[in-house]
Amino acid sequence: MSGTDNGNGGHSLRWLRRAVMMPYFWLLLFFLAPFLIILKISVADPIVAQPPFTPLLEWGAAGFEGIRVTFSNYAFLFQDGYYGIIYAASLKMAAIGTLLCLLLGYPMAYYIARQPPQRRQILLLAVILPFWISFLLRVYAWIGLLNNRGLINEFLIGIGVIDRPLAMLYNDFAVYLGIVYSYLPFMILPLYANLERLNLDLLDAAADLGARRWQAFVDVTLPLSVPGIIGGCLLVFIPAVGEFTIPALLGGADTLMIGRVLWDEFFINRDWPVASAVSIVLLLLLIAPIMWFQRLQTREHEAAR
Amino acid sequence: MKGRSLPLASVVAFGYALLYVPIISVVIYSFNDSRLVTLWGGFSLRWYASLLQDDKLIDAALLSLRIAVVSATFATALGAIVALALHRVARLRGRLLLSGMITAPLVMPEIITGLSLLFLFISMADLIGWPMNRGATTITIAHITFSMAYVVVVVRSRLSAMDESLEEAAMDLGGRPVTVFFDVTVPMLMPALVSGWLLAFTLSLDDLVISSFVSGPGATTLPMLIFAKVRLGVTPDINAITTIIIALVAIAVATASIVSSRRRPVAAD
Repeated sequence: MSGTDNGNGGHSLRWLRRAVMMPYFWLLLFFLAPFLIILKISVADPIVAQPPFTPLLEWGAAGFEGIRVTFSNYAFLFQDGYYGIIYAASLKMAAIGTLLCLLLGYPMAYYIARQPPQRRQILLLAVILPFWISFLLRVYAWIGLLNNRGLINEFLIGIGVIDRPLAMLYNDFAVYLGIVYSYLPFMILPLYANLERLNLDLLDAAADLGARRWQAFVDVTLPLSVPGIIGGCLLVFIPAVGEFTIPALLGGADTLMIGRVLWDEFFINRDWPVASAVSIVLLLLLIAPIMWFQRLQTREHEAAR
Repeated sequence: MKGRSLPLASVVAFGYALLYVPIISVVIYSFNDSRLVTLWGGFSLRWYASLLQDDKLIDAALLSLRIAVVSATFATALGAIVALALHRVARLRGRLLLSGMITAPLVMPEIITGLSLLFLFISMADLIGWPMNRGATTITIAHITFSMAYVVVVVRSRLSAMDESLEEAAMDLGGRPVTVFFDVTVPMLMPALVSGWLLAFTLSLDDLVISSFVSGPGATTLPMLIFAKVRLGVTPDINAITTIIIALVAIAVATASIVSSRRRPVAAD
């Protein structure tokens, strides 16, 4: 158990109790309040004004007169099939991207976890290192590779595998590649943490008992690494659903992901109430995976103590 | 059971290639004289020279650096306080709300964070007349808010690994709480504070989505400028910027690893 209100800490804790009010109010003002405002705007009518939505609370001459709530923005989302398709497409793209990430990340984490400690550190560092270089620029780097006249096409044509360039950029393929590339470290780290803790004696025991390597993996390692798999997948899936930069730079005109649509709804159509309703629905979709992830984290915290 | 099979090794090699080939290709082509990406026109530094003449780009880079330094510093201070309070104060009032608000930004889609903060700033301007203009200040506030969450994660993991008996000894020897905090606790937390600061700095320097929402007409950060350029495809001067950033990161990582290897006996992670 961590340190608590024990005798000699009393003074410093009083100081800390007072000091924590600052970040507390900061978060109430800049995190919770904005969230409530977006909820409010999502039930307001759009009007041509600045700001372009009707106020929630109506103040008349006699003071407070009532609350205006409209669910027309939500109704619009559901009646207009467009948004349903986009939500489904975003979830699908994030899910496939996550799966591809797992297929590549698992063998990497497994391999790293089985190296001698010195090498493990280096290999792990090599996974994390690109994270420190701008995300935007790393996504951008793929444009030069995937282009019709990019390095990969020129190379494949050069060695005679293909004679016309493959269309690899501005389509769903490029977005999947972008997701795998950008989120690979987030998949590998929880998997590695899990696989590294895994008791190798169990594997040896399985081998002693005559299990073949593959069988030992399927029967022992894989089931034991399920928490790592879930953690890694959620860590990739949750941000991938609302991803903006990757579909905006690598996706095609028909790559509809909700982050990008929300951006357009706001910056191009300027329909704030609909943009707010779009984000509330996105959050509702993400609540289940987020809660799942939180529970996993708390369990991990408790296990670590 | 050592994982030395050939298929496994080739998947791992592919994974590392995926991580590094794009970065390396950008570095190589930043020295390319030709405007065309695939055509090698000989070694040249012309794209670096053109960066130096691009005033808009230099302004954007300076603005981003300023925002990153200020927001990382505030985020580290506020985040460390939250981490300490959550870790040490057992009966903290509103604990559940605080820990909820501090972990939520980690999983909140940034597009929603950006949109909701913009609405807040507009409502505040409406109600109390501040902030009249959105720009560096509003971007800094937004960055402090989301990077604080990352600082808390880093500091908390350090706190749970830390030995508290040193602080208790200092208290027993009659040290005043504030003195003990700054002379004992802060030095012990230093590695976490430094990595939390660097993380917050990087996140701020890198942020495109949230900045785009909360910025005003006058303030363009480096990612916003880069995004506007690369939306139209590959531009060689962006290759040069990328290379400079890679070089800076490499220097920072090398310095950090030298410093931490010297400190190893004390830090004992």
